[in-house]
Amino acid sequence: MYTQGLDQKDKPAAAGQGTETPEQLEAFQARIDAEEKIEAKDWMPEAYRRTLIRQISQHAHSEIIGMQPEGNWLTRAPTLKRKAILLAKIQDEAGHGLYLYSAAETLGVSRDQMVADLLNGKAKYSSIFNYPALTWADIGTIGWLVDGAAIMNQIPLCRCSYGPYSRAMIRICKEESFHQRQGFDILVSLCNGTDKQKAMAQDALDRWWWPSLMMFGPSDKDSKHSAQSMAWKIKRFSNDELRQKFIDVTVPQAEFLGLKVPDDKLAFDESTGHYRHGEIDWQEFLDVLAGNGPCNRQRMAKRCKAHDDGAWVREAARAYATKHTAKHAA
Amino acid sequence: MNKESALLAYVTRLGDNALVLGQRMIELVAAYPELEEELANANLALDYIGQARMFYTYAAELEGQGRGEDDFAFLRDENEFRNLLLLEQPNGHFGDSITRLVLFEAFYLAQLEALARCEDARIAEIAARAEKEIRYHLRHNTQWLVRLGDGTDESHRRVQESVNELWRFSGEMFEADEIDTIVEKAYGGPKLEELQKRWLADIDAILINATLEKPQDTGMASGGKAGRHSEHLGYMIAEMQYLQRSHPGAAW
Repeated sequence: MYTQGLDQKDKPAAAGQGTETPEQLEAFQARIDAEEKIEAKDWMPEAYRRTLIRQISQHAHSEIIGMQPEGNWLTRAPTLKRKAILLAKIQDEAGHGLYLYSAAETLGVSRDQMVADLLNGKAKYSSIFNYPALTWADIGTIGWLVDGAAIMNQIPLCRCSYGPYSRAMIRICKEESFHQRQGFDILVSLCNGTDKQKAMAQDALDRWWWPSLMMFGPSDKDSKHSAQSMAWKIKRFSNDELRQKFIDVTVPQAEFLGLKVPDDKLAFDESTGHYRHGEIDWQEFLDVLAGNGPCNRQRMAKRCKAHDDGAWVREAARAYATKHTAKHAA
Repeated sequence: MNKESALLAYVTRLGDNALVLGQRMIELVAAYPELEEELANANLALDYIGQARMFYTYAAELEGQGRGEDDFAFLRDENEFRNLLLLEQPNGHFGDSITRLVLFEAFYLAQLEALARCEDARIAEIAARAEKEIRYHLRHNTQWLVRLGDGTDESHRRVQESVNELWRFSGEMFEADEIDTIVEKAYGGPKLEELQKRWLADIDAILINATLEKPQDTGMASGGKAGRHSEHLGYMIAEMQYLQRSHPGAAW
């Protein structure tokens, strides 16, 4: 945990860049096409490595930042059972961050480097966590919609061509499905409750619906990373396919709860068997990505403060370890 | 006070200690110095919330008025909480958190060991389970206290200040009142004098290992066990109880 050696990992990995031959690339693609898993020590194109590092670290950062909106209700959870479940869920998220950073480290980047990239704004995390969790119903809605959308995105990643990532995702998906159910369960209680509780649930759905749809990323026609990722089987379905699947599954759940999805154009199309939906406000998505969402600054300020406040503790642990390793060696 | 009332008060106090400390710990979620410690803090806090639930559930049964764990946590007023003052003190830095945990858990572990052998079967059962958790907590937190004390000059200075600052709340753990005495005599509960001897020896050893000095017993504070709290508890309770208080009778 406190080793310094990890800091130097990235350099040898970058050395292979640009030296790939067409034969190597072809042989690599043949392995992918044969559904073989690529493992950490296998040869891989530099762009494949870079894409995975970007995607896995972004996913890890999302887990870490995602602890904040839910953490906002931990001290105010309405029952001890809800408090314990929410705390266990947030702990799972820290755990997911940890496995994902480890999976990314197998690609030759250190956790310290990834964390530094998050703190200096170079690395991104999911735009959804830049929205505020304003009421207890938001905790239900985050579980239902945000974890629900994450599961849609992540189930195909269990079959991702990169072995360490796919194995991490199998474990993560099991926990996410529990998270989604706990969210839905909160909403079932609220929707069976008082008028105020029902209104709280509707208000949360009104605020979280569109940002949840944006979680699948830009429309296929505007997605710059998709085609290559599909060929490499890092990605198995397009953004729009996954978004449609999410809507098809979620709308009947909203009806079950007695809540209205805030989209006047939403309608079931008998001919396709899918729901048609209204236009997503992509300008809002771009604004949030650019750092101008309701909570971007707050989320980053909290993460940076936690990191800075902990500097003396990490230094103390390193100093203690050095002192006592030296003593044992002597 | 009869022995039934003393037992109810004693069990409620155990629940209050666990809940108030657990609540302070979860205030720190997403603010820890390292991801591994983030996980550890959530894990330890979960143990405390779980213990509070077990103690309150039993307290509600002993009381026999149809109340449940959430009535104890969310519908009692501040002065009905009987937790130790140490546990309600606001969070400071990481060293303050670790110091509070070590001071309390060195006592709590000994208390639970004694309760696991007491004559009330339910308390003995809950205490036996909690004891396993707290033994692990204390090991984890003691390692951190030693690392901080024997780490850098800065960490040594900071954590020595934490010990100096929190020491005055440690005496309350060993002040026996009527409730402690009845539970000791009627149910074979812990003898606080014996617990104190053991605590002093354990804490001495830990502080020596951490290269820290033991403060003097001056200006010792108490009152929490009798419901006389510091100003800090009211804010914690207000925040914790807000939803239950603003939606009376609602189910969650």
